[in-house]
Amino acid sequence: MSIEVRNITHIYNKGLPQESVALKDVSFTVEDGEFLGIIGHTGSGKSTLLQHLDGLLKPDEGQILIGDVDITAPKVSLLAVRRQIGLVFQYPEYQLFDETVAADVAFGPRNLGLGQEEIDERVRESLSMVGLDYEKIKDKSPFDFSGGQKRRIAMAGVLAMRPRVLILDEPTAGLDPRAHRDVLNMIRAYHKSQADSIIILVSHNMNDIAEYADRVLVMDKGQVRMHGTPKEVFARSAELREIGLDIPDLADLAEKLLARGLHVPKDAFTIPEMAQAIAMQLRGGKTDPAAEGGEDA
Amino acid sequence: MIRDITLGQYYPGDSILHRLDPRIKILATLAYIILLFIVNEWIGFAACFVFLAVEVALSKVPLSYILRGLKVIFLVILFTFVLNLFMYDGEVLVRIWKLTITDQGLKRALFMAGRLILLIISSSILTFTTTPIQLTNGLERLMKPLSKIGVPSHEIAMMMSIALRFIPTLLDETDKIMKAQQARGADFESGNILHRAKQMIPILVPLFISAFRIAQDMALAMEARCYHGGQGRTSMTEMRFRRRDYITAVILLLFAAGIITLRVLI
Ligand SMILES: Nc1ncnc2c1ncn2[C@@H]1O[C@H](COP(=O)(O)OP(=O)(O)OP(=O)(O)O)[C@@H](O)[C@H]1O
Ligand SMILES: [Mg+2]
Repeated sequence: MSIEVRNITHIYNKGLPQESVALKDVSFTVEDGEFLGIIGHTGSGKSTLLQHLDGLLKPDEGQILIGDVDITAPKVSLLAVRRQIGLVFQYPEYQLFDETVAADVAFGPRNLGLGQEEIDERVRESLSMVGLDYEKIKDKSPFDFSGGQKRRIAMAGVLAMRPRVLILDEPTAGLDPRAHRDVLNMIRAYHKSQADSIIILVSHNMNDIAEYADRVLVMDKGQVRMHGTPKEVFARSAELREIGLDIPDLADLAEKLLARGLHVPKDAFTIPEMAQAIAMQLRGGKTDPAAEGGEDA
Repeated sequence: MIRDITLGQYYPGDSILHRLDPRIKILATLAYIILLFIVNEWIGFAACFVFLAVEVALSKVPLSYILRGLKVIFLVILFTFVLNLFMYDGEVLVRIWKLTITDQGLKRALFMAGRLILLIISSSILTFTTTPIQLTNGLERLMKPLSKIGVPSHEIAMMMSIALRFIPTLLDETDKIMKAQQARGADFESGNILHRAKQMIPILVPLFISAFRIAQDMALAMEARCYHGGQGRTSMTEMRFRRRDYITAVILLLFAAGIITLRVLI
């Protein structure tokens, strides 16, 4: 099931003095099994775009096809669309409402009309997927947890719907480094566990995008500026900086080393990879498998 | 849909109404509303309508924007109209089962609905052309004499302006929460009343929690900037009546005098 976005335009407050064009002629496709990263400066239209993909906003122009269903058509069943697509909003912890953690996580599956047994099973599974102990927390109030834990509970609420397409809007904003890692690894684990599932991740962290995404979409003032593999996109560092973005730390390091005459690859996006390349250069071309953490050159 | 609520919002602009002293605008709006209830004949009503039409034109706020605000309370207006329609004795015009519509009823219903519409438009013109800060300052000054008899005028004014300030914030918040729950498959549009009422819980609980959080943050931010109530507080811009304010006052007095004379004569 692929996603095809065709020339969508969205204008907020159309016809009013505060009218603003949030999306302008945006087109791209996402293939089956793809992990798409979306980057763009504040106000570039990322959140607006994501809401279109879930049918929460209607474009003023253009179409969106999920599989063969045009979700912008007038009489399409949005519940059927949302059965396939899970959207985790920015700061999802503020959407918790039920008395117990288990009941809150079950809200989505219940809306899908699943049976009680299936619901219980999914609640248990998705809570463990986000690293929480079902038995310990199921009867507690979701409001008695810390911000980071609440976020996990809220994410479990979306995962419990087992979406084929999982969309996340800055899921790591405001988390500590450990929780940040955990959330990203959890997303990756979900991606692997569901065959052919699509992940769309919005993030302001270039390192994460470089490490996790298969392809990257760059938004600028409501338009698509670039779309390609991390390697292709992050090679255009000057352009990215011009629109208020940046390149991953390792790409930055590679750029600086290259300028000093050390031949390291520009697209080594993990630390071990980069360390090995640097070590190889310093030793005059020999490989050293044990070279890890040698980031400071 | 939820963003259609324009009630109480400021509409940036630089019209003559925007530049008037807030005190005059508040008093004028109050006076106008009182006059609306004094009027009981077509001609006086027409005068009020014209007065407001001129006001709207002077404010340079687009008519469509003003009418958008009315859309939200359309039901209230309709309810008032229907209620009044059947309430009065007089010459029977239409008879539906046991209910009768009389000429008096029709007149009163039209008047009541008209009054409501004019009342809402006139008070939205006040908030459209006055920033919340000006509104607070104006209210505070007007209520100052009352503080001598123990009315906490500063606090009341502050509370009112904070309430106005938070209407859009809370609407935004509601919009966000609704979308988040819809993304989880919630359906707010179909089903019977009981079902729909139940569907409100996933919106209302997070909304209340957000409202309390916002209020608490706001209180902390104000205290962190040394806010401690109205005592000894001065204002950066002193309000002063100018020529245009005096002219407005005179026009208003003439208008009021005219309306009252009409009422007494007819
Ligand atoms: N509900 C709304 N009403 C009016 N304008 C809006 C609304 N939501 C967003 N906008 C405007 O649309 C533009 C795009 O906003 P959007 O939230 O999609 O940006 P974003 O890329 O998600 O930014 P961020 O990185 O800050 O989350 C902005 O200029 C914003 O002011
Ligand atoms: Mg956003």
